[in-house]
Amino acid sequence: MNTLLLTAKLDIVESLRARWFLIYSLVFGGIVALLFAFGLTESRVLGFIGLSRLLVTYIQLTMAILPVFVLITTVRSVAGDREAGVFEYLLSLPVSLSAWFWGKIIGRYVTIFLPVFVAMLGAVLWALVKDVEVPWGMFGYYTALLAVMGWCFLGIGMFISTLARSTDVAQGAAFMVWLTLLLFLDLILLGILIQGRVMPEVAVTIALANPLQVFRTAALAMFDPQLIVLGPSAYVILDLFGATGYRLYALAYPLLLGTLCALGGFLVFRRSDLP
Amino acid sequence: MIRFENVSKLFKRHRVLDGVGLDIALGERIALIGSNGAGKTTLIRCLLGEYTHDGKVTIDGRSPRSERTAVLGKVGFVPQLPPPLKMPVGQLVNFAAAVCHSDPRRIHDIAARLGLRMEDILARPFNRLSGGMKQKLLIAIALGRDTQVLVMDEPAANLDPEARHIFFGLLAERLENTTMIISSHRLDEVASLVNRVVEMDLGKIVLDDRVAEESKLSSMFEVHLTLARADAAIARTLAEWQFAERHDGVEWHGMVAGPDRLRFLGIVSRYVGLLARIEMAEVDPGIVLQ
Repeated sequence: MNTLLLTAKLDIVESLRARWFLIYSLVFGGIVALLFAFGLTESRVLGFIGLSRLLVTYIQLTMAILPVFVLITTVRSVAGDREAGVFEYLLSLPVSLSAWFWGKIIGRYVTIFLPVFVAMLGAVLWALVKDVEVPWGMFGYYTALLAVMGWCFLGIGMFISTLARSTDVAQGAAFMVWLTLLLFLDLILLGILIQGRVMPEVAVTIALANPLQVFRTAALAMFDPQLIVLGPSAYVILDLFGATGYRLYALAYPLLLGTLCALGGFLVFRRSDLP
Repeated sequence: MIRFENVSKLFKRHRVLDGVGLDIALGERIALIGSNGAGKTTLIRCLLGEYTHDGKVTIDGRSPRSERTAVLGKVGFVPQLPPPLKMPVGQLVNFAAAVCHSDPRRIHDIAARLGLRMEDILARPFNRLSGGMKQKLLIAIALGRDTQVLVMDEPAANLDPEARHIFFGLLAERLENTTMIISSHRLDEVASLVNRVVEMDLGKIVLDDRVAEESKLSSMFEVHLTLARADAAIARTLAEWQFAERHDGVEWHGMVAGPDRLRFLGIVSRYVGLLARIEMAEVDPGIVLQ
C-alpha cells in the first residue's frame, strides 16, 4: 500500500477513536432518527410526501450543521495534533509531505462524509423495507451536494489549519469564516439590497460566491425549480445558468473552491515549519 | 555523514539557532546537552527536515527536507514526549514498518527484548500505555529497521534499570555502523553512552569535546552497599533497581549497567547520610547475581 493510502488509513483509524467523530455521527444519525420519530415520512409539506419530505428536511438541517462541524473539528484536530507533538513524531518517519497532507485530507474526508451519507442511506433502506417510494434522482443529487459540501469545507478547514499556529487561533479563524459566510447568507445581503447601495447583480454575485448560499439555493431548486421563494434574485440566477446549469454550478463551484483551498493549504504546509 | 553549515533559525524575532556548524562522522555518538531553550530540539527538528532554516543541513550530502523519504528512511527518532496517538499499537507499528520498508516482526522482537509483551498491547490505544511502555515501543520502532542515524531525545528517561540495560545493549549492537545523537538536559544521564559531547547555549555550540570510552555499553557492575541503618525510602529505591537485601535491610547488593553507573550513584547520593560502605566492580555481563 502506498504512503498516501497508509496515511489516509491512519487518519481514519485515529478519527474513529476521537470524541468529535462520535458526536458527529450521533448528530447526523440522530437527525434521521428524529425525522422518522416525528413522522416526517408520513407528512405532506409543499407537495412533498414520504421520503422526499424527509430528504428535503435532512439536507436543510445538514447544511446548517455540517459546515461548522467540519470546519471546527478539522482545524481543532489538525492544529491540536501539531501542538501535541503528533506531527513531530509521525513526520520524522519517511513519508513525503504530499502523501502526508493529501492522505490526511482523504482520510478526514471519508470520516466526515460517511456518517452523513450513511444516515441518509439508512433512511432510504428503511423506505425500501417499508415499501415507500424512493426518489432516486433527489437522493443522488443530494448525495453529490453533500459530498461537495464536505469537500469544500474540509478544504477551507485544512487551509486555516496550515496558516494558524495554535488550536485557539485556528478555531477562532474557522468560526469567523463560518460566521461571515452565514452573515452573507441573508442578513448583510438583504441589508445591502434594502438600502439600495449596490446593484442587485452584485448582491447575487456575492451570494453565488458564498458556498453556503450556493448549497441552500441548489437544495431549494430541487423542490422549487423556479426558485420562487428567492424572489427577484431567481431571475438573475436562472437567466445566468438555467435550472440544470445552476444545479451543475452548485456541484462544480464548491468542488473547485475546496480544491483550491486544499491546494493553498498544501503549498503553505510544504513551505512552513511542520510541527 | 551529518553536516550542519551555518544553520540559523528565527521564531518571529527570536533567534533560536545562531549559525550552528557541526560535522558528525559515521559511528560517532553525540551527547547533545544544554538547558531549556538552548536550541537542542530545534537543531534536531532541522536535522529531521521538520523546520525551515537558514544555512544547510545534510545527511550523506542529501537534504532531509527536500529528499525526505530517501533521507529519513535512514533515520530513527525517539522523541522525549510520546505523541498522544489514539490509534492501536498494532496500527502504529504496521504504519511505521510499512513506510520504513521494514518488517513489523523486527519491531516486535526489539520490543520483546525490552520487556514489552506485544501480543497484550497490540489492540490497545497508544495513548493508554504507561510512560515506560510508550518509550519502549518508540525505541523498538526506531531500532526495528535499518538505520544509519539514531536521534534520541532523553530516550532512557522513562525506562526501569533492567530495560535501560537492555537498551544500552541494543545500542551497543549498532556501534559500528550507526551515528547517534542523544539529547539531554544533563550530561550525567548520557555520558556513558557517548564518545563526543556537544553543548548548546542560546542557539550556539559552546562546547564540542571528546569523551574517553573506558567502559563498553554492554558492561555490568556488581554493587554492594552497606547502610548505617535500615531505611524504607532507600529500600524502595534499591528495590526499583532490583537490588536484593541482606541482614534486615542493612546490606544490599545488585547489578548496575555500565552506562547507568553515574545515574545510579546520583540517585544513591540522595541517601549519603545512610551510606556506610559502597563497593562497585565490573563483572562479566553473563554473570547472574544470586
